[in-house]
Amino acid sequence: MSEPIIRMVNIEKHFGSVIALAGVTVEVRAGECHCLLGDNGAGKSTFIKTMSGVHKPTSGEIYFDGQPMNFEDPRDAITAGIATVHQHLAMIPLMSVARNFFMGNEPTKKILGMSFFDREKADQVTMEEMRKMGINLRGPDQAVGTLSGGERQTVAIARAVHFGAKVLILDEPTSALGVRQTSNVLATIDRVRKQGIGVVFITHNVRHAMAVGDRFTVLNRGKTLGTAMRGEISPEELQDMMAGGQEMATLEGSLGGTV
Amino acid sequence: MSQAAPAPEADERVKEMSSLRQALIRPELGGICGTVLVFTFFALTAFDSGMFNAQGVLNWSVVSAQFMIIAVGACLLMIAGEFDLSVGSMIGFAGMMIAIFSVTLGWPVWFSILLTFVICTAIGALNGFIVIRTGLPSFIVTLAFLFILRGFTIYFPQTLERKTIIGGIKDAAEGDWLAPIFGGKIGQGLFQWLGDNGIIGVFERGTRAGQPVVDGIPMLIVWAIGLVIVGHIILTRTRFGNWIFAAGGDAESARNSGVPVNRVKILMFMFTAFCATVFATCQVMEFGSAGADRGLLKEFEAIIAVVIGGALLTGGYGSVIGAALGALIFGVVQQGLFFAGVESSLFRVFLGVILLFAVILNTYIRRMITGER
Repeated sequence: MSEPIIRMVNIEKHFGSVIALAGVTVEVRAGECHCLLGDNGAGKSTFIKTMSGVHKPTSGEIYFDGQPMNFEDPRDAITAGIATVHQHLAMIPLMSVARNFFMGNEPTKKILGMSFFDREKADQVTMEEMRKMGINLRGPDQAVGTLSGGERQTVAIARAVHFGAKVLILDEPTSALGVRQTSNVLATIDRVRKQGIGVVFITHNVRHAMAVGDRFTVLNRGKTLGTAMRGEISPEELQDMMAGGQEMATLEGSLGGTV
Repeated sequence: MSQAAPAPEADERVKEMSSLRQALIRPELGGICGTVLVFTFFALTAFDSGMFNAQGVLNWSVVSAQFMIIAVGACLLMIAGEFDLSVGSMIGFAGMMIAIFSVTLGWPVWFSILLTFVICTAIGALNGFIVIRTGLPSFIVTLAFLFILRGFTIYFPQTLERKTIIGGIKDAAEGDWLAPIFGGKIGQGLFQWLGDNGIIGVFERGTRAGQPVVDGIPMLIVWAIGLVIVGHIILTRTRFGNWIFAAGGDAESARNSGVPVNRVKILMFMFTAFCATVFATCQVMEFGSAGADRGLLKEFEAIIAVVIGGALLTGGYGSVIGAALGALIFGVVQQGLFFAGVESSLFRVFLGVILLFAVILNTYIRRMITGER
């Protein structure tokens, strides 16, 4: 496989006396979907915030394209090509899809020396990108509020990809979605991966992870419990690792392994 | 998911929207309907009263233009997600500043006007800065400035001149180069020609015999139309306009996408103050005096015009054209009731009723846009 786009080695992050991350090592390659699994409080959020430049690691190294990197703030990470799609999607329901798509990055054109928002271009690009993602808009002026949760997630992903993301971090994109919407988002992840973008897919749902993941890293209590390739590990094993083994064992019978 | 399996070649209009519904989600709809309704009403009830001859048209146009000037500022600010309740006090304050600078202190009128613009937009910026820094609702912060500015507007002339109305600005403005931009008229030649050719009435006798009854378009109207056009273009056709929508729609999301929300909001507070100062300057130049009670309740009238024009009180949605139509409705009804011989206090009743209707309609429209039930 190719060189990793981003490699995070032995990342530690302490908040005062609390050790949120105690040595996490993860690498993401171009065109792969790397699933980051972990239960609540395992340190997933802290870890992706370190990756996207929100937190500076207490210790550990970050290599981007083989070069050591030190992100001062999220802007640095975005400029380098690390885009994060948060659960809070940064979408404004009252605004049209096209206006949302280009929010903060509006294309402009000059008329009589003054620069104006190039709406034709914005509309055209939005329609094209949405079609690529398999979303059929009524028109570029359709409000985001009329889209379903899964479609909004897809718009946010398409936006990140359009603006040059090399690594796309998806923070629990499927957690609030229904079955069909989830499958659409997973299909989007698959599409993005095939464009050669490294996807970091954070979830605590093993079945969603198994559906698209190439590799799986489990976080527990701020540590990586190892990385497994697709096919090397069963959903049950992942589930056990996430929960830390024994507590889940007693529940297994009554839930029938469907969690 | 409202649609079938995605097929790239398929028609992108998956769910057809009736053109009626399409028209309904335009923010201007309420304003357009209201305007048509109001004009129809007065054409039927007050056509013979002189409301639609040259003088009558000028009469309600001037009043509408006044509302329009402050409505444009209030509209952009409301779309950016904030209110300014100090607009009315700002009008009184700005007018008083011009009067004090030019009459009491004897400074040139052009300098007084420019200095007042600087002071007032700075106060607007201060309003915005406090709102951004403290995170308090702009409602409270600008309510404080409503009282602070009104207090100063009464205090300064009281202390300096022992009165609350300062006159004599017309004399001071004689020959000034900037004053006519606010207090002058344009198109005199055209109106003289219209009068000579009998298209509009001329004075029959007296010192102005032979002159047309309307001798030009007041600059107030020119300012109103100019501000509406500029405001509309900025809002719908520029990057900055997109940022205004974004800042009001969801400030946090906008920030995450790299929109300078704080700058947008503070600039909008400054623009609102600018509009209030334009209003005040035109008024002072027209009357030749500044009074401590000028602009009373104007902030609410501006907000009502904006809401009638389809803007949401919660921000993120609205239209400058709509706000201008709201202001037009306002002006036409206020003056029309007079022409129709209706008791003018009923104007307030009308205001309240139409405000209620507008808000209900807007809520319904927002549900349609966002698809919530």
